[in-house]
Amino acid sequence: MNQVKRFFAALLCVGIFLSASGQTAYADTGEDASAPDTGVTINVYNWGEYIANGTDGSMDVNAEFTRRTGISVNYTTFDTNESLYSKLAGGGASYDVIIPSDYMVSKMAREGMLEKLNFDNIPNFQYIDEQFRNPEYDPENEYSVPYTWGLVGIFYNKNYVDPDEVKSWKVLWDEKYSGKILMFDNPRDTFGIAQKLLGFSFNSEDTNEWDQAASLLKQQKPLVQAYVMDQIFDKMAGGDAWLAPYYAGDAAILVEENENIGFTIPTEEGTNFFVDAMCIPKGAPHKEEAEAYINFLCDPEIAAANMDYVGYSTPETAAKELLPEEVQNNEIYYPPQEILDRSEVFVALSDEMNLYLDTLWAEVKMGGPGETATLIAILVFFLLLYIGIVVYKKRKLKKQMS
Amino acid sequence: MKIASKVYTAFLFLFLYAPIVVLVVFSFNASSTRTMWGGFSMRWYEKLVQDQMLLLALRNTLLIAVISAALATALGTVAAIGINAYKGIARKMIMNVTKFPMVNPEIVTGVSMMLLFVFATRLFGDSSLGMGSLIIAHTTFCLPYVVLSVMPKLNQMDSHLYEAAQDLGCPPVCAFFKVVFPEIMPGIVTGLIMAFTLSIDDFVISYFTSGTTQTLPIYIYSMTRKRISPEINALSTVLFGVILLLLLVINLRKTKDKKAEVEK
Repeated sequence: MNQVKRFFAALLCVGIFLSASGQTAYADTGEDASAPDTGVTINVYNWGEYIANGTDGSMDVNAEFTRRTGISVNYTTFDTNESLYSKLAGGGASYDVIIPSDYMVSKMAREGMLEKLNFDNIPNFQYIDEQFRNPEYDPENEYSVPYTWGLVGIFYNKNYVDPDEVKSWKVLWDEKYSGKILMFDNPRDTFGIAQKLLGFSFNSEDTNEWDQAASLLKQQKPLVQAYVMDQIFDKMAGGDAWLAPYYAGDAAILVEENENIGFTIPTEEGTNFFVDAMCIPKGAPHKEEAEAYINFLCDPEIAAANMDYVGYSTPETAAKELLPEEVQNNEIYYPPQEILDRSEVFVALSDEMNLYLDTLWAEVKMGGPGETATLIAILVFFLLLYIGIVVYKKRKLKKQMS
Repeated sequence: MKIASKVYTAFLFLFLYAPIVVLVVFSFNASSTRTMWGGFSMRWYEKLVQDQMLLLALRNTLLIAVISAALATALGTVAAIGINAYKGIARKMIMNVTKFPMVNPEIVTGVSMMLLFVFATRLFGDSSLGMGSLIIAHTTFCLPYVVLSVMPKLNQMDSHLYEAAQDLGCPPVCAFFKVVFPEIMPGIVTGLIMAFTLSIDDFVISYFTSGTTQTLPIYIYSMTRKRISPEINALSTVLFGVILLLLLVINLRKTKDKKAEVEK
């Protein structure tokens, strides 16, 4: 009995310690009087590490929203567009604000999973720059308000790679760097690089073009060390890899801490231009409060404070002007118009095309349909092992009986 | 031979504890990379206590673990006593049914529970899964472990003790708490601790049944687009330290108790 008591007493201690430390961090939220509690809680679903959360002297954006409006925020995070999609499609989770990327916005809009926004409740939409309105993934601009945007560029190790070479995606096919190249671990980003090199559109519905991109990637595969996402940071910092494509918004983390790592946008062929946009899913229980939240995030001051922490680019000139000078003038974050003109945004593919892409991606990554053969071999091996054991046991039993 | 066995033990401990040592060391790293040492600093610990979302996820995880471990222990102990009363084929069958969730792949359990919960919430007009569904799910998958750790203790116990207590005038409930309960206590404690750690650990089942509630493993997993922040190292170090301290305290008190008994 005592053991149990001790166990729970100890747990309680941990709990008290945590809640106490939590409260001290929460206490200092501004000097203005705060709005009375409305009793409404909105559920927000965003990418991991994608909002200023009050650490390192940044603004706690969600707490600030609650203070100003009296609406509480239950903020949760996801890791890929696909897991966001499966969570919403699977049911059982009702969100008020979600932040998918471009192609996922168009896919969800097409499938009727998004609510049309009431722009009367989002007056701050006026700050969104002209070039981010009516984007290809939401042509009428009915469903989404851009949150962040950015370009895909390349990390390179200055000690081994000449910056001039990184002007073109071709560098990722250079045999000199065999075994030192990393690629994205998701099909659209990886195929996008090959498509740009071939001069195709990312959103092509022509299987022939996808086949060509796939064969280019298969050609590259022997040179690629690994297909990874966040491990890129450690592999680049540790010098295991010298070349890796990634999103510009995350470049600062590596470049600022490692003087021998550079980041650049391949200007020769152009690149992928991505937007993460705020939407309201169909049947959201607190639509008006959700629109208030979207409006709040579009407030230039809030957007600037938020982007200062997150590191991605803001679609509002008014917010951009509040950021430090060196960020505003950095071509990685705010590239000149000519690069933007050559860049392209992802739009959802048709379902058949997605299926086709999945098989192509499996072929590129796993090296063809040989995988099934290994799988069958493993299954057969275990089956034989099992039968062997059963037969052996039966024989033993017979011997003992006789 | 002796040297070989010592080397073997050394390697065993090295493989068991090297990852934890690395984790602890890198939680004091001034740089944010996971591979290079940039000097000593407490910055990740400072960030940790400021990070509301992380602390909320941790609070959810601990709350779910405590509640579902307690529920699973209570239900599991009662179930074990019931199963123990069965004989023959019925007992075998029930034991197999109990063991089944343990060998069933977690992903199957997770998806099927999600489907059930979604169906139930629709039926009752509620809109979202959350804390409630997580607690139910965790209690469910912890149950067999409790049953299996209480069962052997019940088998070891002399069933006549319980009857003797009743002969001496103890009503059944009193006999249970005075005789049976102390006997099977070690099994219950083991089950409770198992259930608690399993619940803290769980990712797959939580992922499917969490709705709009976020637990720590899900929160960490969602960081993978950008990178897993070294705050997690700091948090893991704190958790590891707390558990180490707990074990030390429990062991010290045990040895004290034993000494006291010997002196008597």
